[in-house]
Amino acid sequence: MTNPHFRKLLGALVATSVQFGTLGFAFADTTILNVSYDPTRELYKQFDEAFIAHWKAETGETITVQQSHGGSGAQARAVIDGLDADVVTLALEGDINAIVEKSKKINPDWRTKFENNSAPYTSTIIFLVRKGNPKGIHDWGDLVKDDVQVITPNPKTSGGARWNYLAAWAYANAKDGGDEAKTKEFVGNLYSHVPVLDTGARGATVTFAQKGLGDVLLAWENEAYLALDEFGADNFDIVYPPTSILAEPPVAVVDANVDAKGTRKVAEAYLSYLYSKEGQTLIAKNHYRPSKPDLVPPEDLAKLPEIKLITIDDPLFGGWKKAQPYHFGDGGIFDQIYKPAQ
Amino acid sequence: MADPEIKSYAPHHESLSAAVTESRPAKAVLMIVSFAFLGIFLLLPLIVVFNEAFAKGFSDYADALTSPDTRSAIYLTLLVAAISVPLNIVFGVSAAWAIAKFEFKGKAFLTTLIDLPFSVSPVISGLVYVLLFGAQGLLGAWLKAHGIVILFAVPGIVLATIFVTFPFVARELIPLMQEQGNGDEEAALSLGANGWQAFWYVTLPNVKWGLLYGVLLCNARAMGEFGAVSVVSGHIRGLTNTMPLHVEILYNEYNAAAAFAVASLLAGLALVTLVLKTLLEMRYGAEIAATRGH
Repeated sequence: MTNPHFRKLLGALVATSVQFGTLGFAFADTTILNVSYDPTRELYKQFDEAFIAHWKAETGETITVQQSHGGSGAQARAVIDGLDADVVTLALEGDINAIVEKSKKINPDWRTKFENNSAPYTSTIIFLVRKGNPKGIHDWGDLVKDDVQVITPNPKTSGGARWNYLAAWAYANAKDGGDEAKTKEFVGNLYSHVPVLDTGARGATVTFAQKGLGDVLLAWENEAYLALDEFGADNFDIVYPPTSILAEPPVAVVDANVDAKGTRKVAEAYLSYLYSKEGQTLIAKNHYRPSKPDLVPPEDLAKLPEIKLITIDDPLFGGWKKAQPYHFGDGGIFDQIYKPAQ
Repeated sequence: MADPEIKSYAPHHESLSAAVTESRPAKAVLMIVSFAFLGIFLLLPLIVVFNEAFAKGFSDYADALTSPDTRSAIYLTLLVAAISVPLNIVFGVSAAWAIAKFEFKGKAFLTTLIDLPFSVSPVISGLVYVLLFGAQGLLGAWLKAHGIVILFAVPGIVLATIFVTFPFVARELIPLMQEQGNGDEEAALSLGANGWQAFWYVTLPNVKWGLLYGVLLCNARAMGEFGAVSVVSGHIRGLTNTMPLHVEILYNEYNAAAAFAVASLLAGLALVTLVLKTLLEMRYGAEIAATRGH
């Protein structure tokens, strides 16, 4: 380590790095980076365009919005490790809390910054099955029938997967009258029907729809409709189970990053615009459930039927702060029940 | 397309045939098995890539390759290769020189170290840089205080690429330089050349084909690396996505034709590399034979 040549080399490396580090940002106007989870690609592609036009009309400034997508947990990890996000739009509160706790880059009161606990839309978990529903899957209980293979991603890395897991948990809990041992057995049994755990929701959809694996995909509602659009409605059917979970994917400004870059104003306006008429309509068009449905033309809401939805704040789960470590932490319930399929 | 290649191997078969004692049917079976295997596992996937890439016609193919995000991925990939390959030439030649030309303590250790990237999973190669340069990492706070951006930006991608491609140049040169020994350089020095001249006019010409061969492999890997780069990239569209990462993104967006269009460029690169490598092998083989003759 004390070798002078080595030190020279290191010096040269750092110098090169500095040059290229600044190169990337030297010729951009205001640029904000939205670090998001997997299934929101199409939504934010449209929303970014709308917001850029809105901001230009409002202020005359031309801005650039950059996107990064991946499994929600993995994306939170990247922000903790220094990915320079201005805003995070993730699958669940627990992932934003992880950024709060591990990096202090987001203020702990982030949920109060935007309406509806900083969740501009909600969504739920439904089933996507092969056309005609050959295995007769209508409710969560049908997932553990002998010959059924279930596709769902890994709850350790994917936000959607955690909602899938919790929805199954809620179903089993109601069925068994709150007997935790039986609930655990049901969910464990369910995961023994999963041939492969993808890292993100999109990977799981590709596995099911494109690679043709499994009989049922536990999917975000929007992801299921997208698969219908992409692969043709004659290949798949959407099945709404009688009960599911209310997912509230939250958004937050990454305080430390926007203050360092001077982008707070744009970043806050960007997230606020999600609650505008245009934002909410784009949200509904992409098959999410807008948090302000009265702003949205009724025909865009028609596709989203009402089913019984349990929230994460239900006493059964006690909120993300309790549910996250209990179910998905190291040695948590998921670790206890998951054995890779034989 | 396959025909001329088969023919070009023919002379070798003739020269070897005297020493080979298998019966004709056995030879035929071996050859059929080899060609069938390569055809199914290598050629067929390659054909599929090009077939999928042009599935929606040539204009879609061209559109896919000229979209801003794809162009930026191509540019980034070329930039990363343009930085990491020259650096690896310098490091590789230095390391090979040190190992082949003189004795020192820790030589065996250095040799092992050079091989490290081959034995470490690329994901780990990326993660070490996250642990080192990440905001929570060893140097994270210092880098931030000095405004230096490494992770989730071009420098991180370059570093990860250098890590995984390091052995290619060095591994090619070490055996070659060892075999050649110090004789030529000593002669040059005794005739009045200085160290630099001895390197430039004697050593380098002796190893040039081996070096080129190493550079070629190094470049192919630098442009094609996925795992290590994926960990340090941050996946920002149009900014930190290299071609291999962009292929995955396009595929995950159900844009298979565009994904395969970008993949076809990478496959094209592989084919060019293969052809150059074959040409070099012929040349380089002769060169080694010549050195042995001394």
